[in-house]
Parts: sequence; C-alpha cells; structure tokens
Amino acid sequence: MSEYQWPDPATRPLLGKPISRVDGPVKVSGRAKYTYDYNPDGLLAGKILRCPYAHARITSLDTSVAERMSGVKAVHVIQGPGIEVFWAGDEIVGVAAVDEPTAEDAIRAIRVQYEVLPHFVSDAEPPKNIALDTGPMSRDNFEDMEDNQVPDEQVIAAIQRNGISFKPDEKYLKAAQESGVDPKVVQALRTAKYAEATTSRSPYKKTAVQTQGEPDKAFASAAAVSEGIYGASCITHCCLETHGMASEWPTDEDMTVHISTQNLSGIAGQVAEPLGIPAGNIQVLEQYIGGGFGSKFSPDRWGMTTAHLSKKAGGKPVKIMLERDAEQEVAGMRPSTFARVKIAADKEGKLVAWESRSWGTGGMGGGGTPPLPYIFEIPNQRKQNIAIATNQGSARAWRAPNHPQAAVISMGAIEDLAARMNLDPVELITRNLELTGTRKKIYRDELPIAAELMEWKKNWHPRGDKSPGPVKRGLGLSLHTWGGRGHNSDCDFTLHPDGSVEIKMATQDLGTGCRTLITIVAADTLGIPMENIKLLIGDSRYPVSGASGGSTTSGGVTSSTRRAAVDARQQLFAKVAPALQAKPEELEAVNGFVRVKSDPGRSLSWKEACSKMGAMPLTVRGKNPDKSKPPDLTNSGVGGVQMADVSVDTETGIVRVNRMVAVQDCGLVVDVKTAESQVLGALIMGISYALYEEKILDPVTGRMLNPNMEFYRLAGIADIGELKVHMMTGKGYDERGVIGLAEPPVVSPGAAISNAVANAIGVRVPFLPLTPDRVLAALEQGGAHASL
Amino acid sequence: MKDDTAQKPDSNSGVTRRDFMKISGIGVAVPLVLGPKLVEAAGEEVAVHGPGKVAVTLDVNGRKLTAQLEPRVTLLDALRDNFNLTGAKRVCDRGACGACTVLMDGKTVYACAVLAIDAQNTKITTIEGLAQGDALTPVMEAFVEHDAQQCGFCTPGFIVATTHFLASHPSPTMEDIRRGLSGNYCRCGTYNGIRAVALATKGRVS
Repeated sequence: MSEYQWPDPATRPLLGKPISRVDGPVKVSGRAKYTYDYNPDGLLAGKILRCPYAHARITSLDTSVAERMSGVKAVHVIQGPGIEVFWAGDEIVGVAAVDEPTAEDAIRAIRVQYEVLPHFVSDAEPPKNIALDTGPMSRDNFEDMEDNQVPDEQVIAAIQRNGISFKPDEKYLKAAQESGVDPKVVQALRTAKYAEATTSRSPYKKTAVQTQGEPDKAFASAAAVSEGIYGASCITHCCLETHGMASEWPTDEDMTVHISTQNLSGIAGQVAEPLGIPAGNIQVLEQYIGGGFGSKFSPDRWGMTTAHLSKKAGGKPVKIMLERDAEQEVAGMRPSTFARVKIAADKEGKLVAWESRSWGTGGMGGGGTPPLPYIFEIPNQRKQNIAIATNQGSARAWRAPNHPQAAVISMGAIEDLAARMNLDPVELITRNLELTGTRKKIYRDELPIAAELMEWKKNWHPRGDKSPGPVKRGLGLSLHTWGGRGHNSDCDFTLHPDGSVEIKMATQDLGTGCRTLITIVAADTLGIPMENIKLLIGDSRYPVSGASGGSTTSGGVTSSTRRAAVDARQQLFAKVAPALQAKPEELEAVNGFVRVKSDPGRSLSWKEACSKMGAMPLTVRGKNPDKSKPPDLTNSGVGGVQMADVSVDTETGIVRVNRMVAVQDCGLVVDVKTAESQVLGALIMGISYALYEEKILDPVTGRMLNPNMEFYRLAGIADIGELKVHMMTGKGYDERGVIGLAEPPVVSPGAAISNAVANAIGVRVPFLPLTPDRVLAALEQGGAHASL
Repeated sequence: MKDDTAQKPDSNSGVTRRDFMKISGIGVAVPLVLGPKLVEAAGEEVAVHGPGKVAVTLDVNGRKLTAQLEPRVTLLDALRDNFNLTGAKRVCDRGACGACTVLMDGKTVYACAVLAIDAQNTKITTIEGLAQGDALTPVMEAFVEHDAQQCGFCTPGFIVATTHFLASHPSPTMEDIRRGLSGNYCRCGTYNGIRAVALATKGRVS
C-alpha cells in the first residue's frame, strides 16, 4: 500500500467525520473581510456609466464636465464613439471619485448620445423553417461541444464542414489535448480552414441533425411513445456579494488587486496582458468571497476599469463593486433551454428511441447545448439544437452548466412516458439503468435508499392526485451526474521546529469548506489537532492552485495537501528516528505523538519530535496530479438521486415543496458536515430556480424587468420544506478518492419538482420556474403548450 | 480634475456650492434638502443630490461616531464606508434581502433603508457589537455548530435577525421560524442550518 493512499477508516481520526468549518467563527462574528469590505485609507469609489439600450451605437461622448467636478479623480472611457453595444447595461465610462455620492453625480454629468438599433431578446420557440447554420465554429461553440461530450466524429465533421472563426495556437491545442480533447479532434482544429465570424442577420444558429441508430424504425415498433415539451427559463447567478475588484499601483510597474473571484491564481495573467506589465508584478488577494456559482473567473471589464482609473489617479486604490441591477443584468446568467421531445419504450419498458428539437439563449453567443438525452444513452436518437442570439449580457457557467436544463427535459420526458405506460417512474428508471454506463451500480445503490427515505412506495400514486379538495400532492424524482476530478494544485507545506505547521496555497474558499478540508487532511495525516495548522490561502504569491469551477477544488487541494503532508511526515520521521532508536519507516504520527508502531510506549510528543529538526523549518511541495507519487487520490463521475414531494393548490397555482430527499455520492467524504451543507444548499438553490427565479426581459425595451431582489425572487426560509441528505460512504465509495460535490446535487431539484407537480395535478407544467400563472395555464390547457 | 483637499478654489471650475460649504464650514447649518440641486461645474449646471455634507453623530455599539456625511448617505454606507464596520453587507441596497440587518433601539432594521441622518439619536447595534470581545454569542456558536453558513455573506444579517427573533420568541415553533426569519435571503442555501440554530438556541437569548 502506498503511503500516499487515503488512510483506512480505522486510522483516520478526522477524515470522514462531521467537523465544523474552520472559518466559521470569523464569519459569524462579522470579522471576515470580503472584497466588498476592502476599505483602506484614501480608497476611491469607482462607478460605471452603463448603456440603457439593448442594441445601440455610440455617436458621441462628452466627459468634460464630469472630469472637472470637485472630488472626481479619474475618468476612463471604456467604449467610445463608433462602438456598437449589444446589450443593455454594457459598460461605457468609468469614474473614480472621493466617495460614492460624488462618483454617482459624475456619472450623471457624462453626456452620451446613441443611435438606437433594433434588438432581439426573445427565446420563444424558433420558427419551423430556419436555415442550417453554415457559419464557422467559434471557440465558444467548440468548447461547448466538448463540454457536452458531443461525439468526436460529429465535432470533426462540423469543423471540416463549417471551418472555425478562431485561430488556435499550439499552446491552446496542447491545453485542449491535456484536458481530454481527442487527438483526432485536435488535429482537425489544427488543419481547419479559418473563416471570419459572420454576423448573420438571423438570431438562430441551428446545428445539423445528429442521428444515431435507427430512430424511425425504433419509434414505429415501440410499445409506447410519449411526446411533450419541457424547459427552463434564463436565471441569474445573483451572488450576494456582487462582482467587483479594487486596484492600486504601489509603483508604476506594480499592482495590487483585491477581487471577488473563483480563480485567484488565474487573475494576474488576465489583468497583466491588456496593461502590458508582467503578470509577476501583480499581487492578487482575496480571503472571502460572497458567492460565485460559476460567474467569477475573470477580472471583467469593470475590474480592468479599476486598474485604469487607479493609474490615472496616481496609483490610489480604486474599487468598483457592481450595483445590484448591474449584477443581475450583465454579470452572468444561466442559458434558457427548451425542447420538444418524443421518447419511446418497448413492452418491457426499455427506452428505445429519443427525438428532440431543443432551443435556448445565453445572450449574444447563443445558448448552451444541452447533453440530451440526459444520463440515459438511448440507442436510437435524432436531435437538433438551435441557439438563439439575444441582446443581453452573456451567459456564464452556472453551477453544473447545461445539466439542470437537460435533466428537466429528459427526466420530464421519462416521467411522462412512465405515466403513459402506467408505470411507477422508479420502476421505469430501474429497468433502464444499463443505459447509464459506468454509474449504473451507483444509481442501483442509491435508488432504494432514496425511495426508503421518501417512503415512495407508501406515498406514490399514479398520475393525478384523486383525493378531494383543491390541494393536490405528488412525488417526482430525477438522477444526475457530474465529473468533479480534482484540478491541478500545488502547495507549500512547512513544519516548524516548535511543532507548528504552515500551509500555503493560492486557492480560494467559496464557502464550500475548502479551508476546512485542507486542514482536516493535514491534521489527519500528521496525527495532530487541526488548531496546530496555520493555513494561508487567498494570495497569488503562494503556490498555484486551480480555479474553483466544475467541482474540481475538493479533489485538487486535498490531494496536493495529502502528498505534502505525507512527505513532510517522512522527513520528520527521518530526523526523529535516531532519538527513538528506530528506523523512520517504523514510526507513526498518532494522537499528538510520534511513536514506534510496534512499541507505542517509545514516543515523543509532536512538539518534542519537531524540536529534533534543528533550528530550521522544513518545507515540502505537494502537487496534484503527481504521477511520481501514486495512487491517484481523486476521481471523476459521481451519481446522485433526488426525490421531491410537493403540494399544488389548483385554485391559486401555488406550488409548495413538502419534502426533498437527496442521496449523493462524491467518493471519499472528507468532512461530512460541510458535504451535507453543500447538498442541502443545492436542494434549496434548486427549489429556488424550480419555483421562483426567472430573468425576465422586456421585448419592447430589451431590458431586464426584475434586476433586483424583490422581483427576482429567491427561495426564503419558509419555502424549503423538510430536507433529507444521505451521503454514500464506505466500501465502494471511499476507495474512489475525493471527488467534487459543488455541481451534482443542484442538477436534479428542478426535474424532481417538475415531475412531482405533474404527478400531483395530472398535467405537465412545461417550463421552470413553476410559477402560479404557468401552473394555472397548464391546468386549463391540459399542459404541453410552448406558449407558457 | 480638482483635488478635494485643495483649500483654494480651482480657477478653471470656480467655487462650487459644495466647495464653498466645505471651505467655510457652514455645512451643519444648511437645511436638509433631499432632492437634486443644481450646482455649477466647468461653466455648466449639474444636478447633485443633497446640499452638501453635514456632521452626523451616531451611537453605534455604545460608541459615539461622527462623520461629515451628505444627507443621502444611508446608515449602511455610513457604517461600512465611514466607520469601517463592514459586518452588515450591501447586497440589494433597497430593503429586500436583509443582509444589512442591524438593531436600532433594539429592533431590526435594514440599514440600507435608513438614512444616516435619521439614525441619529438612536442606539445602533451591529453584528460587531453583539459579542463581547472575541467570545461568540450562543447564536453565533450555534451557526458554527449547525454549519448555518457557506459563503457567509448573508450570515451577519441573519445572525442579527435570529438574535432579535429569539429574544422576542423564546420558544419558537417551526411556523414561527418560517415567518420570523423570512426577512433575510441566502443564496448558498443555508436555511436548513438556520432553522436548526433557531430550534437549538431557543431560551438562550435574552
């Protein structure tokens, strides 16, 4: 057994136990300092003038009055005359002033004239006869296809047919291949013909029909066919701490950046390039972040504006935090996705055919491509996707990109098919687990546990609650998956002669428990209390660790920490061994002592042991991945099952969640407490987007109608029902290694709740959020109307 | 651009009304007009809110704190920007989310929906004033124990609200909690833990 391997349950005092987060006390006392709270002496307040039109060209711009106002320290034009602006809220001018009121006055004193151009913001179902998109593939299109695991031969065919509108250099191609893109696809990119991106007049980008197997034949011979329409509207990230950044220039060539980011190690390079200074001259700092959910990976235009404003203001710190309306309008959203679906099963209830025409929007770049059909690899398929370009702020990764939408569509279609066949959906899904590939064992373990917790057999009824009274109750379920392999992570791990331990890593804790996981792994490996560990993160001068996206952080930071802690322990044992008259390999670190395994009485306290190091501390570097130090400590591909119990008032259309159950696998659970919090939080976020959240755009003005928090409604404490979480642990799970947990549990709630509502009221409410108007309209019209 | 610390008016821009008040120190005496006002800058008239800064004294966590503030400045911004009490967070900035909840004369208010000038002659308690020194209150300890926080941005507001709620509802039912803590939003989804906090801490908050 390799010494780096995760320890057995019997020899891990902390790993896998419920442990309170280490930064809990500083957060509850209000002492945690977020980027928004950065408030040094002499801080200048930055504000941004934003375009009020969804599509316009700037014809003139006059900042002279603002520049001469008292208290105004710098003005920076972001987009000037002649520039075409493609969404409302886009950045035009930045201002820095002595305080916010002065900056607001200065913004009002700027004169901008626009030529207003036609806009398009509708993601309604595209017309029947739109032409196939033959334009070149953009980098976004390409990466989207890869993210969604579009079969390699289809990607290659599209590259060869349409050409590409970006010029991938060798660095990009190498990175693509390293991240898992098939070498044949990389080669196709290398030899692809380049074509200028066309700004076609049609907002619709239709992909070629993808066919697999013989769908027509399969539908014709199927025992049951169900047709329906499903989808989820655009929502925003709605981070409570809005996006923002502060810049200052201690010298003409050096910058310090405070930023609310999920990507601490990746910011300096992005800031340096446009400024023309070396990335090494930029120090990036962040201790706490008030939510990101996939929307905070770049410095963004407003962040770069603080760099320019600070430079113009003689290097003084300038901070811009977005106002709530700007946050909602431009700082990220989840694309809408809708689909017409036809699905079929044979008489044994085996899924045999799938057909879908999907569409949706993610701003000017079009929409995501949903991985349809979700989870189940149905043998005969025909599908086509239409991305709609709309004049609104661009989509950003939103916790499990494209998966929640794909789940709503696919699990909805499967539930409707089960209803048509008079089958319990748990039964239909169980009969088709072979189609879920490598995760079938996980789902097979999880389904009975979820059903037991939900008392499914007792509470489930065929479609349509037949009990008297206006309030109907129903159950629904959904399955999900995600990758979650640990990202690249380095750390410096230092043992001091006084017994203290210091870990440095340029990572960030989004509230997921990253700090706590690192501390647990270090303390567990060294057999000392967590209080002995001094963990330093949030500074780009520490060793590089990956961005927190795609559920990659837990696996990455725990793996690098484990390797470093084992190496540090080995070096310590070498120094201590003579004093204990033993060989280093005969020692163990347990319970605050370094002792001889075969004779535990021969021991030194941790502190005494460390004093044998001499005067100097020792530092080791931990890495992930590290092929020289096997085994692989992280893994990929989790499975989860969720079930929902809802009540629907058929007179008011109001849906309430009574109970939800989540059964989740994430390999080895490092901290049960923060892991359960992640899943509970995902359920609540899921209830929120299932029932309330929608980014509503006004077709007349092209502006968001609810860029706030009173009409962009989040779930509150009264809305969540009773929640139960079961983490899969023990044999079959622990030995998989640590796998990220952020995305997977947020995938299924929308689908499970939508299915529960259909089970309660007997008709499908096609689109999320399941607002009262949509529920009443579905009841009136019998469901399945694209107009809802 | 003019340096705001300059004692002499800029010959290009002329003396603005605000500069004049700052230089002459008569800010306190002017009436508190809240609508926009026209002042002159660079030969043009510009609409600004407020007649200029006035001395505002607030009683926060038992300390008297004074700053020169324009009347339009909210209690929240005064606490955060002028007194560096950043526990209360600015999230929606219009009284919808509760992240800026503080106590004013013992009652919860949204600090973003109160003007600093209106908060004078009241006793303000922020999250920083709830605990004695480094010791955590029972509610704070329960938030840690029940992991009722993730990113932590809504947490200070929720703790102030929960503390006040438990003081006025010593033995709350789940229904009381649903209603009593509905004035605060969390994005990470920590309500399950917060419900556990309210149930576990009942009777321990006075």
